[in-house]
Amino acid sequence: MGLDGWIWALDGWILVAAVLCAVSCSLLGNFLVLRGTSMLGDAISHAVLPGLAVAFWISGSRSGTGMFVAAVAAAVVTVFLIETLRRTAGVDRGASMGVVFTAMFALGIIMIVQVADHVDLDPNCVLYGSIELTPLDQWEIAGWLIPKAVVTLGITLLLNGLFVALFYKELLLTTFDSDLADSMGISSQVIHYGLMTLVAITAVASFESVGSVLVVAMMVVPPASALMMTDRLSGMLAWSAGLAAMAAVMGHGSAIVVPSWFGMGSTLTSGMMAVSAGGILMVCGLVGGRRGLVTRWVRQRAFAAQVAADDVLGFLFRLEERAKSNAPTSAATTGHEPSESLTTKNPATAVQLSTNLGQSLPQSMRVLSGLVRRGEVEPSGAGYCLTDAGRRRAQLLVRSHRLWELYLVEQAQYEIDRIHEKAEAWEHVTDESMRESLDRATSQTALDPHGSQIPPEVERHNP
Amino acid sequence: MIGPSVAWVATETSEAWLVALWRLLTLADYNSRVVILGTALLGCAAGVVGSFTLLRKRALVGDAISHAMLPGLGIAFLVATLSGGDGRSLPILLTGATISGLIGAAAILGLRSTWRLSEDAAFGIVLSVFFGAGVALLGVIQSLEAGHAAGLEGFIYGKTASLSWTDLMSIVSAAAVALLMCAMYFKELALLCFDQAYAESQGYSKWWLDGLLMSLVVGVAITGMQAVGLILVIALLIIPAAAARFWTHRLSRQVVISAGIGMAGCFGGGMASALLPNLPAGAVIILACAILFLFSLMFGSSQGMVWRAIRRWQWQQIMLRQHLLRAVYERAETKISAPEIAGESEVRIDIADLMISRSWSKPLLERLVDNAQREGLVTRIGSQVALSRSGWIQAKRLTHQHRLWEMYLITHADVALQQVDRLADDIEHVLEPSIIHELEQLVQGRTVEVAKSPHQLPEPN
Repeated sequence: MGLDGWIWALDGWILVAAVLCAVSCSLLGNFLVLRGTSMLGDAISHAVLPGLAVAFWISGSRSGTGMFVAAVAAAVVTVFLIETLRRTAGVDRGASMGVVFTAMFALGIIMIVQVADHVDLDPNCVLYGSIELTPLDQWEIAGWLIPKAVVTLGITLLLNGLFVALFYKELLLTTFDSDLADSMGISSQVIHYGLMTLVAITAVASFESVGSVLVVAMMVVPPASALMMTDRLSGMLAWSAGLAAMAAVMGHGSAIVVPSWFGMGSTLTSGMMAVSAGGILMVCGLVGGRRGLVTRWVRQRAFAAQVAADDVLGFLFRLEERAKSNAPTSAATTGHEPSESLTTKNPATAVQLSTNLGQSLPQSMRVLSGLVRRGEVEPSGAGYCLTDAGRRRAQLLVRSHRLWELYLVEQAQYEIDRIHEKAEAWEHVTDESMRESLDRATSQTALDPHGSQIPPEVERHNP
Repeated sequence: MIGPSVAWVATETSEAWLVALWRLLTLADYNSRVVILGTALLGCAAGVVGSFTLLRKRALVGDAISHAMLPGLGIAFLVATLSGGDGRSLPILLTGATISGLIGAAAILGLRSTWRLSEDAAFGIVLSVFFGAGVALLGVIQSLEAGHAAGLEGFIYGKTASLSWTDLMSIVSAAAVALLMCAMYFKELALLCFDQAYAESQGYSKWWLDGLLMSLVVGVAITGMQAVGLILVIALLIIPAAAARFWTHRLSRQVVISAGIGMAGCFGGGMASALLPNLPAGAVIILACAILFLFSLMFGSSQGMVWRAIRRWQWQQIMLRQHLLRAVYERAETKISAPEIAGESEVRIDIADLMISRSWSKPLLERLVDNAQREGLVTRIGSQVALSRSGWIQAKRLTHQHRLWEMYLITHADVALQQVDRLADDIEHVLEPSIIHELEQLVQGRTVEVAKSPHQLPEPN
């Protein structure tokens, strides 16, 4: 059970190769996902076959750089054909990918059967190197025995990293607004084909050493996971690289561990890496800071709670207001501002609140206890009334509400019986600067369309 | 490298070969009959279903879903084997694969709607994660018992050349069901493809329609995969539908044409692989479909590249001829005071003069003049040309249109005088009589035969 079979000399190198491959694929994958060409990895993995056949036909062997160059060439041709079909013939991008890669694959199969019927050039295994075998094929570099795959994948990662770092601005612009890029003198065509050539090189380098499953997965899944975490390209690049490396490590571990739970031997690492990436995507989809379901749910709950509290405060504020206007208006007639001391306490009970605000009684009580804890409401007799802090917040809310009503009538020509609902919805998200703009946009009257006083802005540093 | 087979064909044009061809065309051989009929039916069903997925911008859904079937296959095999049954029994494997294909389809729809991921990202995720799980499961199975797993891989990659009678029957029934569903829900699927919002407003649930389409893809994929292999199914779901788009834009015709192309590709490919040695049937069928696609791309009646190029060329010729006529007329205007009343053959213009006025090359101008003469628009006298009667009328009209548009640009669109000539060059050919009339009213307030040019006309030398 567990990682008993772990041998550093083997598993360590497998991990290094897998992480290098995962990170370099996911770096470029971000741009594929953002540009709507996520399936390119899959398309290329099938379409390199004729290139391999031609290389084999010319060189007669199935190893060496000839194969590599031919495969990259085939991949670039594929990309070019896909793009040409899409641009000049107006074929849907997905369809043009499908047409090109299946046709190339078929061509490759036929060529291989013609060329190498009796030679060991099996279409299923010539493509797919096995990551388990990476430690076996080693090169000696400066006295160190380093697996060939680690060297090639390291170079690939370096290339991709450099490309992304050097052309970050160009990639960003061409990905999100190619027209703007073109108008700024950045050729989106050149960047596109540069990116695609690099994708081709990365894909082929990875097929050879770790197999195609991993490439297709790492070009899509970690970038999609990163999209759950952030909306910024730089953040997305960092997240996707980190998550891809994590998926690689987890995948290799689980390939050894998981089957042993069912009493079986270890399974293929690359498959488990893809599965791990999928698992990570699920986790990010749940708790991701940007689009995660749980995050979104928590955010919604918090907002709902804020709205409920706002409603209670606003209700209490209006109660006080009504009481004030009903009270003998001696202060007003003598010309003095009604001072705080004149404010009569107007407690409202939880039952009163819940019936008036359409909240359930437990909800109202929960909201009230929360407000009491924050010192914005205090118990008073049988009910609750505003504290000074609560009154300040409520005053701003009511101000926002009434400014919106005024604005809707004056500037947006709304009927007076339709403004309340809108103002009710927007008062919760209106901050000081927006209130200021509203105030400026409306006439300088002190009354809202219903004839109620619009309370003034609260002084920030009230002693 | 294709040498041997070509040579074989070339030397065997004897009777034996013709007999083989005849036997094939009449489907006399049991084996080729099964293969060709089976794949052709599959091509037909896939062509129909593929038309809808293509229009829904989900051409690659077949790719994703057919890869998503692998883990179901592995799990079905494992469960059956571990519970003491026969892991390679076809119904069990098919059930497993279908279930995991459907889960994959649901995952695609879920990723789309819950996280607003783009279509292609959802495809990529489902394809790679499910396929990865399948690869891992197959790895487990292989370590379990080496001998048993071999059949499973054949399941994915298919065995087109050795289709059995049972395979044919399953294809027939699946194709029948798929075609029937498409016929029954044609209107609903069409709505889904063209205007999803409208479909929803008509009370059709997006989920039910998308689910139906996905299920059809799963049905075609599962039947096709075990019969002819993963890649061929993907190709049949995409290529015929994409080819049909070049022939028509009406959905009903598109579906029929796509089905026809699918069938024809399978028929042709199946024949070729049976006739020529050493050609794997699946791959040849894909190539046959690709050739039909290329043919459609070139010669498709609605969007074919060749027709488009020809139309563009013809249009260019018309524009050049009209420019020639106008150039001649405008030169003539400088030579005589009232060109409106002048007779047709009175005014002769030097061809050299025309060359200056439009920066045409000599050969081009010569060709234009020859063409115009052939159409009876101009007469050529030595190094000079003169407008014929019909040429004169046309030239007057064109010049009028050109100048009206120039005037309009100057007076109503605030375009600088130096730019209007070039802009009007493009528009003058497409002005309709009603627009001309409107322009006349707008620019001059009255109808005249030929408007005055806003440019200072060069003096005759």
